[in-house]
Amino acid sequence: MSGAATHLRPDLAVIAANVAPGTRVLDIGCGDGALMAALGAKDCDARGMEIDPALVERCVSRGLSVVQGDADRDLADYPDKAFDYAILSQTLQTAARPDRMLDELLRVGRQAFVSFPNFAHWRMRASLALGGRMPVTRHLPVSWFETQNIHHVTVLDFRELVRAMDVRIEREWFFSGERPVGSAGANWRAEYALFELSR
Amino acid sequence: MAPAAPTKRVTLSEPLPLDGGQSLAGVEVAYETYGDLAADRGNAILVCHALTGDQYVASDHPVTGKPGWWERMVGPGKPIDTNRFHVICANVIGGCMGSTGPASMAPDGKPWAMRFPVITIRDMVRAEVALLDALGIERLHAVVGGSMGGMQALSLAANFPERAARVLAIATTARHSAQNIAFHEVGRQAVMADPDWQDGDYYGSGRQPDKGLSVARMAAHITYLSEAGLTDKFGRNLQDRDSKTFGFDADFQVESYLRYQGSGFTQRFDANSYLYITRAMDYFDLAEEHGGRLAEAFAGSKARFCLVSFDSDWLYPTAESRHVVHALNAAGAAVSFVELSAPNGHDSFLLEHPALDRVVKGFIG
Repeated sequence: MSGAATHLRPDLAVIAANVAPGTRVLDIGCGDGALMAALGAKDCDARGMEIDPALVERCVSRGLSVVQGDADRDLADYPDKAFDYAILSQTLQTAARPDRMLDELLRVGRQAFVSFPNFAHWRMRASLALGGRMPVTRHLPVSWFETQNIHHVTVLDFRELVRAMDVRIEREWFFSGERPVGSAGANWRAEYALFELSR
Repeated sequence: MAPAAPTKRVTLSEPLPLDGGQSLAGVEVAYETYGDLAADRGNAILVCHALTGDQYVASDHPVTGKPGWWERMVGPGKPIDTNRFHVICANVIGGCMGSTGPASMAPDGKPWAMRFPVITIRDMVRAEVALLDALGIERLHAVVGGSMGGMQALSLAANFPERAARVLAIATTARHSAQNIAFHEVGRQAVMADPDWQDGDYYGSGRQPDKGLSVARMAAHITYLSEAGLTDKFGRNLQDRDSKTFGFDADFQVESYLRYQGSGFTQRFDANSYLYITRAMDYFDLAEEHGGRLAEAFAGSKARFCLVSFDSDWLYPTAESRHVVHALNAAGAAVSFVELSAPNGHDSFLLEHPALDRVVKGFIG
């Protein structure tokens, strides 16, 4: 495999460090395959799904098993518990129905890692409260009319959803830029969040 | 690339069992190889050809003198690199470039013609596996094919799962659709309607159904191209004239092009082979062979799979590849799939496409 990436986004680095070696993993929205390559280096059987054909092509050309597909539709292809982990990084907010997507993740995977941008980060609040504008930040740089993020979510919203779905939060991590943030005040301070889930 | 040495050929020592219930004795398989076989015999790649292809994947065609049909993909330094891999390409049985087919001699010393048994894609694969046995190649590094070649690659993976570590199936399907069968039937009827076909017994008569075969090729050729590709290439341009002739000459460039494709084809292809091979494709339904569930065809497969489709291919559209990917996922197989954007329809797999090159090179490893 063409070497583990030298630099993984912090949420992906945490996932890579916390997936048990030798397990079966589905990375949904796997992008250029950086996480899959890192997992491959841990002897994981990593499979990917990615909607952008150019990124799929890059993954396949580096020897990764990636299927071009739309997670909203194509997760249904996979049998129950086909994977030890299902991973959805920075993609939940683009799903047609994030609740159903979480159901699917925990159907195909025994556990799931889910990361998403936190819309209650103070920069977002400031932009909306003080500027009266939909936020455009370093972490969410795309304007409202062209963003793929159709279901903005906050840390509190997410906790409430998983509680209602009887999904258990095993562990959680929060980040501001490249730095980890403690869970105290995470809904203010975290630009994005990562949860390890099970059912 | 230098012209090929005389065709390599093996005669199978055992009769070949056929899906139709018969078996065929003394089957000959003509093939070409490129690149050296490693001492451990682990670097062999079987490339399977499409309907009208042949074993000359990367060397000049002995009849037309044209370069190999996939020279841009197979050769030294190419995505399927013959400096590293030993590439084998065999003429399918039923074909007409040296493997046993309807033009071959039957045991009674006359050509088989329409007495040749109807064969299937799986029968072609059985002959290819028998060739690998004869060559002492137990496990392929990869089996690769586009169109009908992709059907063979999938069939080999399903029926001989231990024989290939990687399966690359491009612009293909796991079953022929009603539309696919319909186009083939038009072609077959064109051949059979030609009085020179003579119920298939045209060998040695001094006449052969070139007109019918040419029409078959013209109709099929349209299905290999996209509407946008045809429009882009020909539009309504006239052929070597300033105005319409108000007659039935090839006024339009597209007519002239199709006529040229049709008549060129009859120079190198046997009409009865065209009937038999199109029939084999029409009979292809990989799920049907495996209890009606395509996932069953791949159950327990340890091979890695890669499927590639093209967005402008309406002959074997992306949905057909997705159908295979769905089954492979259900079977837990390691599968990659990408739909590439290309303007030229089904034929895109044979044409210049850097993204395809990268996918093939990356997947083959």
